[in-house]
Amino acid sequence: MFVQAACSREHELVPFSRDVQAPHRDGIGCVLPRAMGVAKASVAMQSEDPDWSDVLVAVAGEDRSSFVALFRHFAPRVKSYMLRLGSEDSQAEELAQETLATVWRKANRYDPTRAAASTWIFTVARNLRIDAFRRANRPELDPEDPALVPDAPPLGDAVVEQKQNAERIRSALSALPDEQRKVLHMSFFESKTHSEIAVALGLPLGTVKSRIRLAFGRMKASIGDSDE
Amino acid sequence: MALHTHPTHHPDDDLLVAYASGDLDEAWSLLVATHLAVCPICRSRVEAAETVGGALLENIPTDDLADLSDDALERALERVAATPPDFVGERDGSGSLICKSTSTVTPVLPQPLRDYAGGDVGELEWRRLGSSAFHIPLVSGRGAPAARLLKIPGGTAVPEHGHNGLELTLVLAGSFVDDGERFARGDVETADTDLEHQPYAEAGSDCICLAVTDAPLRFRGPMARLVQPFIGI
Repeated sequence: MFVQAACSREHELVPFSRDVQAPHRDGIGCVLPRAMGVAKASVAMQSEDPDWSDVLVAVAGEDRSSFVALFRHFAPRVKSYMLRLGSEDSQAEELAQETLATVWRKANRYDPTRAAASTWIFTVARNLRIDAFRRANRPELDPEDPALVPDAPPLGDAVVEQKQNAERIRSALSALPDEQRKVLHMSFFESKTHSEIAVALGLPLGTVKSRIRLAFGRMKASIGDSDE
Repeated sequence: MALHTHPTHHPDDDLLVAYASGDLDEAWSLLVATHLAVCPICRSRVEAAETVGGALLENIPTDDLADLSDDALERALERVAATPPDFVGERDGSGSLICKSTSTVTPVLPQPLRDYAGGDVGELEWRRLGSSAFHIPLVSGRGAPAARLLKIPGGTAVPEHGHNGLELTLVLAGSFVDDGERFARGDVETADTDLEHQPYAEAGSDCICLAVTDAPLRFRGPMARLVQPFIGI
């Protein structure tokens, strides 16, 4: 996963409290419900969701209440993701817990100039899902490889640019025609290869591939990436 | 060798999307991940596809969200306590990570390919393939896509062949020309079922490529057809 940064240093252990009573304030001014059961329906945010990138950076700083906020928001989503990809309930639950635990452990590697928090958490969940199902080995880029050709330096504020790009991609996604959004959704949320999507929809493989290319072409266009 | 020019031939977007969603076979993933090491453009595209994954995660309707067990948070915290963070990065004022470069040597084979090959190009044991070329199988087929390294001496041709399926070739050193187009370090040539082609390594240094196929190749010459079962390509 190349949102990791090319740095390494010995970790200094920072002890944290084992007190599992959820604090009511997450450090960025949002009041949180204590009981998990009500979290999804009535998160008492004052206006809207916090900026999850900031929350994730705070988790990297060992801020426990930020982790609690992140957990309440993302753990049910990750569990839903695992269920849709075919996990049994107990396995989906385990994978959701492990994903969020991994998010805390690896929060120091999260780089807000590269990815939105939801993007990064998705990649953690995806990788754990692949490990759990052992569907195939998945060779990964090594961001510390000396053969890596570096990115061009950003023109402006890299964090701002990342957030703008993520917002543009979200808008482009919601503006897609249904048939294109469906193939993207099946690709990410039903663990189907493009051939399997073609069978499920009764379409030729070429049509599935071209819909994915069309849909993704709009994502790319929204962030100024024209083909070739 | 100009290592820092950006590739101009990229894998198709459907392959990058499949890589981002986690549904690509090992051999294709090896090629995509290796290309990403030398192609900031496709890194950005995979990041865009991962952003789609993150947005879909965010967009699950609240009513459809799975219920967690009552002690889910406690158990996640226990998992964190059992294995604490392994890494501390330094951040600048904006929260972005400060990176430190560690090495000055640029390997010819980027990761993750170097691990699969067992070293960089100077350390490998090549097997002969036909009269002038060499290869090293990396991921064997058996019904799934297969990956191999190819070394074609400058100024020679790869045996003319067609495909029963898709073949992707990623250039790592040297260059080849196929059907009037030139492919150099980082470039990916996509050849589908219809293409009968004869890539030709340009004179000069050896052309080293990662080739991935999802079905056995069909060589055209009678000699090539005769040896095909024995060389396993």
